[in-house]
Amino acid sequence: MIPTKEQLQKAFEQRHGRALQEKFSSATVAICGLGGLGSNIAVSLARSGIGKLILIDFDSVDITNLHRQQYKANQIGMKKPTALSENLREISPYITLDAHCEKITAQNAVSLLGDADIICEAFDRAEEKAMLVDTVMEQMPEKYIVAASGMAGIGSPNAIKTRRITSRFYLCGDRTSDVAEQNGLFAARVMLCAAHQAHTVLRILADQFEV
Amino acid sequence: MVKINGTELDIAGQTLSEYLSSTDYNIKRIAVERNGDIVPKAMYGETVLQDGDSLEVVGFVGGG
Repeated sequence: MIPTKEQLQKAFEQRHGRALQEKFSSATVAICGLGGLGSNIAVSLARSGIGKLILIDFDSVDITNLHRQQYKANQIGMKKPTALSENLREISPYITLDAHCEKITAQNAVSLLGDADIICEAFDRAEEKAMLVDTVMEQMPEKYIVAASGMAGIGSPNAIKTRRITSRFYLCGDRTSDVAEQNGLFAARVMLCAAHQAHTVLRILADQFEV
Repeated sequence: MVKINGTELDIAGQTLSEYLSSTDYNIKRIAVERNGDIVPKAMYGETVLQDGDSLEVVGFVGGG
């Protein structure tokens, strides 16, 4: 039995307080890349009652994704935005989702991300990470961007930190563990970095800007 | 003096491009914060480092 929208809203308010939940419910957050970081950020934000998520990825679910990304074995081959939308609706049935199966570039970023209050960078490649931070700060300087760098390998979880680089640019991760040099990616450490990003989003919405 | 990632360097008068080309940074994998703002990549060549500037070169690594 799926609860009504009113029942779920009441449950959110009981957990977060009414004033804060109103901020969460009216927020739009974009998630750029729906892999290990992005899919986990999306689940945390959907569970927190964020009103609208913009989900962007050009890729499809692969068997090698299942060890750390929020997809299911029966979703292999599906486009990630479609598969993740299904999963998020099971968690939070009344969330508004704007799913895009395309690659984000410096040229289409404003049209894709224009409605977002906060943008999460959740790409895999370093060049794409740098491109998105640069593009958002140059073309949409009024927005917040929460990016990630360094969560590969089986290193200490305590090395993952959130730093505030400028008033509107936050960076999560250990900043050094490159997937190209590490022994792969591990679910919990990637989720930890994603959790830093998701929680930073919630703190920005709560007007808690310091890290 | 110009402070970059916490180190004072005698490079006032150089452009950001000139400084970066003297380092090992891959321009495609960094963002540069200067006095609280991100410098757009297109501005690296015309951003002249001033005495007293404080910069952070943020390098990105892969994985996500």
